[in-house]
Amino acid sequence: MVKYYENSTVFQFSWDQVARGFWHRYPNPHSSHVLSEDTISREVKDGKLYSKRLLTKTNRVPKWGERFVSKNIVKIVEESVVDPKEKTFTTYTRNLGYTKVMSVIEKVVYRVSEENPKWTVAVRSAWIDSHVFGFSRAIQAFGLDRFKKNCSKMSGGFNYVLAHMFPTTAQYMNPNLSQMGFADRMGEPSMTKLSHAAEDLQHSFHDKAEKMKDAAKKATDLAKKNAGPVYVACQPNQS
Amino acid sequence: MNSIGETCNELKKQYDSCFHVWFSEKFLKGDTNDSMCAPMFKVYQQCVKKAMKEQHIEPKDIEINHLGTEEEKTPPRS
Repeated sequence: MVKYYENSTVFQFSWDQVARGFWHRYPNPHSSHVLSEDTISREVKDGKLYSKRLLTKTNRVPKWGERFVSKNIVKIVEESVVDPKEKTFTTYTRNLGYTKVMSVIEKVVYRVSEENPKWTVAVRSAWIDSHVFGFSRAIQAFGLDRFKKNCSKMSGGFNYVLAHMFPTTAQYMNPNLSQMGFADRMGEPSMTKLSHAAEDLQHSFHDKAEKMKDAAKKATDLAKKNAGPVYVACQPNQS
Repeated sequence: MNSIGETCNELKKQYDSCFHVWFSEKFLKGDTNDSMCAPMFKVYQQCVKKAMKEQHIEPKDIEINHLGTEEEKTPPRS
């Protein structure tokens, strides 16, 4: 069974700034696991920009994961469509290979905030699936836990890059907005890890086994309570 | 950011710089003519395709579009 998650994040930057910033996400001081980023195809069609990029990341395989995965590089395909008239930027990422072990698909739509036209809202959906007998539930449950944690990391990371690109805008940001926590995070390198939440997840499958078992157990308990689709709130206190 | 092919890094850098300027100064301002970086993209592409082949990456897996097609996932009906 596929697990579905969604959440939304507010960026106190204009849609144009967020769109420009998107292409500058890598490299950053906390993306050492990202090895490469290439544009595979790109074209303008009906006034929209269609891009496809290939990302590769290192793959630290946990002990119990070694029997499923032998190679040590994860490949991720990122499709995107930028519509400058409607001001929407849609990204869709999926991992290549290992999809039986864990397939993570993430869609993010960035659009102008209805609350404040100078802000941008990112609505994130993720589908996590695994076909490994006996492990799928743990892997999916681990996914939920990790996804919740990563949503705050992701917004902190993107904000970090945006603030460096657009320092004048950053001066007027409200650090008290619940979904930001930006002022606190600027000085905290661990929070500035820059990635999409599910991209991290695609990578994090290969994180340390102990951490994973622990997270999986906790999340399995949680998942049992939430049989249906889960709306994951982006809470500032999660680390 | 590095390219998947070490020999493509310089070509990628040149193309990326061009693209960033084009995206900010042309595309977002309504000019959809993308010829500005096309020559750089072409040589960079040739290099990447070769590097992918050397690393046994199936172009077929990457070429398939998911976004905007029947392959695209949709949220479950609640």
